Amino acid sequence: MALLQISEPGASPDPHQRRIAVGIDLGTTHSLVAAVRNGVVECLPDAQGRVILPSAVRYFIDERGQARCQVGAEALADAALDPRNTIVSVKRFMGRGLADVVQQGRLPYQFVDTPGMLQLQTVAGIKSPVEVSAEILATLRQRTEDSFDDEIFGAVITVPAYFDDAQRQATKDAAQLAGLNVLRLINEPTAAAVAYGLEHGAEGLYAVYDLGGGTFDISLLRLASGVFEVVATGGDSALGGDDFDHLLAEWVLGQAGLDASTPQDKRAVLVAARATKEKLSAADHATFACPLARGELSVRVDREQFVALTRELVARTLAAVRKVLRDARVERADVKGVVMVGGSTRMPMVQAAVADFFGQVPLTDLNPDEVVALGAALQANQLAGNAGADEILLLDVIPLSLGLETMGGLVERIIPRNSTIPCARAQDFTTFKDGQTALALHVVQGERELVADCRSLARFELRGIPPMVAGAARIRVSFQVDADGLLSVKAREETSGVEAAITVKPSYGLADDEIARMLQEGFRSADADMQARALRQSQVEAERLLLGTRSALAADGDLLSPAERDAIVGLMNRLQTIATSNDHRAIDDAVEALARGTEAFAAERMNRGIRHALAGRNINEV
Amino acid sequence: MNLDANDFELFGLSPRLAQDRAEIDAQWRSLQAEVHPDRFASEGAAAQRVAMQWAVRVNEAYQRLKNPLRLAAYLCELNGAAVDAENNSAMPPAFLMQQMAWREALDEAGDVVAVEALAADVAMQRKALLAQLTRTLDEQRDYVEGARQVRALMFVERFERDVERRLEALGQ
Repeated sequence: MALLQISEPGASPDPHQRRIAVGIDLGTTHSLVAAVRNGVVECLPDAQGRVILPSAVRYFIDERGQARCQVGAEALADAALDPRNTIVSVKRFMGRGLADVVQQGRLPYQFVDTPGMLQLQTVAGIKSPVEVSAEILATLRQRTEDSFDDEIFGAVITVPAYFDDAQRQATKDAAQLAGLNVLRLINEPTAAAVAYGLEHGAEGLYAVYDLGGGTFDISLLRLASGVFEVVATGGDSALGGDDFDHLLAEWVLGQAGLDASTPQDKRAVLVAARATKEKLSAADHATFACPLARGELSVRVDREQFVALTRELVARTLAAVRKVLRDARVERADVKGVVMVGGSTRMPMVQAAVADFFGQVPLTDLNPDEVVALGAALQANQLAGNAGADEILLLDVIPLSLGLETMGGLVERIIPRNSTIPCARAQDFTTFKDGQTALALHVVQGERELVADCRSLARFELRGIPPMVAGAARIRVSFQVDADGLLSVKAREETSGVEAAITVKPSYGLADDEIARMLQEGFRSADADMQARALRQSQVEAERLLLGTRSALAADGDLLSPAERDAIVGLMNRLQTIATSNDHRAIDDAVEALARGTEAFAAERMNRGIRHALAGRNINEV
Repeated sequence: MNLDANDFELFGLSPRLAQDRAEIDAQWRSLQAEVHPDRFASEGAAAQRVAMQWAVRVNEAYQRLKNPLRLAAYLCELNGAAVDAENNSAMPPAFLMQQMAWREALDEAGDVVAVEALAADVAMQRKALLAQLTRTLDEQRDYVEGARQVRALMFVERFERDVERRLEALGQ
């Protein structure tokens, strides 16, 4: 339902201001979308005024026999009735295989054990966690487009800092499937720090303690005049509020001597567990009540009992905090403030444990549910070029070391954890047999010494090495992590120039053709005229590049000779003309031509920037 | 300035081991403020590619500049005395004796207090060796001798990591 857009005749805003850029917090239990509107950052409500979208997707067959799905509160309301087809907490399955899911037995789904990422059998067919997440993202995209009555230019999507490469890639794939242009993936604690820091003008070392529905992150950030530098990050991508629910549910079932065996019962006890947990945040005791197939469950729970039951989980978060302090080589006393993020930090015993550990009361004044989306929206607004002078800079890190398998199943670390991104590192290897013509590479992520204990990201082979004696080949393997924290790996035999490269589309990710297939199969076919969408995306890209080039010429045009300038202007004019056509391939070609034609100019501008940095001045002052 | 400039040129620092960490950090932030891909997010693929290369280069230099041992190895290499640790592990007997004594002490240390005492001892030793290395490189400009000292310090650092891992295992 579109809200009425009111604007005075002739008072349409500056074209820069019309670029709608959103921040999306794609959470385990709920998701939000936020945007900067009229200079104010806010979470966008749906037509009923609700900002929180429960991360629940229900697949069903309608009366005409069509497979359909509903998302959010309506889906959640049916979770107990139709648990097998109502997917909640899908984030825990992103980039994960079936073997990674620890409480399979406690979950009401029908898993499909496919190589790589697990899948779910639903009444509407087999669904990948990426497709389920894409439904949530598409709902938020629609909400934004209704709210602004315009298309989204791009989105910043948040992920737990502790997400590995497979989980990040899966998130980006989901966004692509939902038709979103991803401006950047950023880490949730970093987004929270942006919202918090800008609100409070904070400077110094801050800890962000983020306990969400399914993940725990702890990040240490140094805040200084608009720069948000992540010093170290850690956590547990499988520890969150859901685990408190599971423990409580099991304990209560044990007390009552009952069990939950049907999918309906399993879902019902988890729903009741969450309700009881939330009541215990305000009250000393609560009644855990839910109907089960074999009778009514009703057990009184005291807060002390709940605290004792979940003490172990809180202790696990504090162990991760200690490890991060050690990684950063700082003491607890160096931390100037502790920001609490995530709904699970509402539990009083969590707040008390954190206060006790740091010797200070944690900061809880920003809504812990909204703060991540708000920070992401601020960054999205800036990346879209809307922010103007008050620029902020996020310098984030990779959470887990990246390496290669070497002889004997050991890991050779190439990029250590907590390296600032983007980064790259190369390492030389050689052949160990005479006449060896191929080398198998196994890319892994994790901190353990043995390959078996790390996550396998990808395997690929360098073939066609000319036969040489053992040890004579010089194989340079280069790792590169981009600003989204995504890895690509390249191997090259230096004496012959033989190369092999992969963008890590890991064993746990989706292949590009799988995504293409999902798109083709008419994901959300109601609004999917693929041809029109492709054209629109090409036009947006063309517009984006033209605007960017124009502002670059205005700022640094003096670096060009008249002939160079004419060449660029010629390419711009050509793109401008073609952009009005209906041929998205021709537009893409003209975009690429302008991009290539401005590469040397971009390098010159970068040089100027560096000279200014060295002269100790900001480019804005020149 | 181009991508081949050395770390010191890139950060506008004099080529020596003794550096002011605060200056390195400040310089890093202002360089990233100019070259980070986020600064060019609305400018299309060409600017993104160039920004990515530069941001990677700046981070690579920063990692080296803020780690004294890596910086020392880099200085030696710039001055024609590559450290080449893999093919050159000869150490004076006295140094090796001390390494063995440390390893034994670590094996025998049964609790956190004992391991922490050892950690303090090793850290002190590392500081002394680093001070000596700074004199060798910055005052005597003897890069061949410097490379030898770097190799010794690499042993000490590796041992420190083992001590740290032990502390982690003990739950500290």
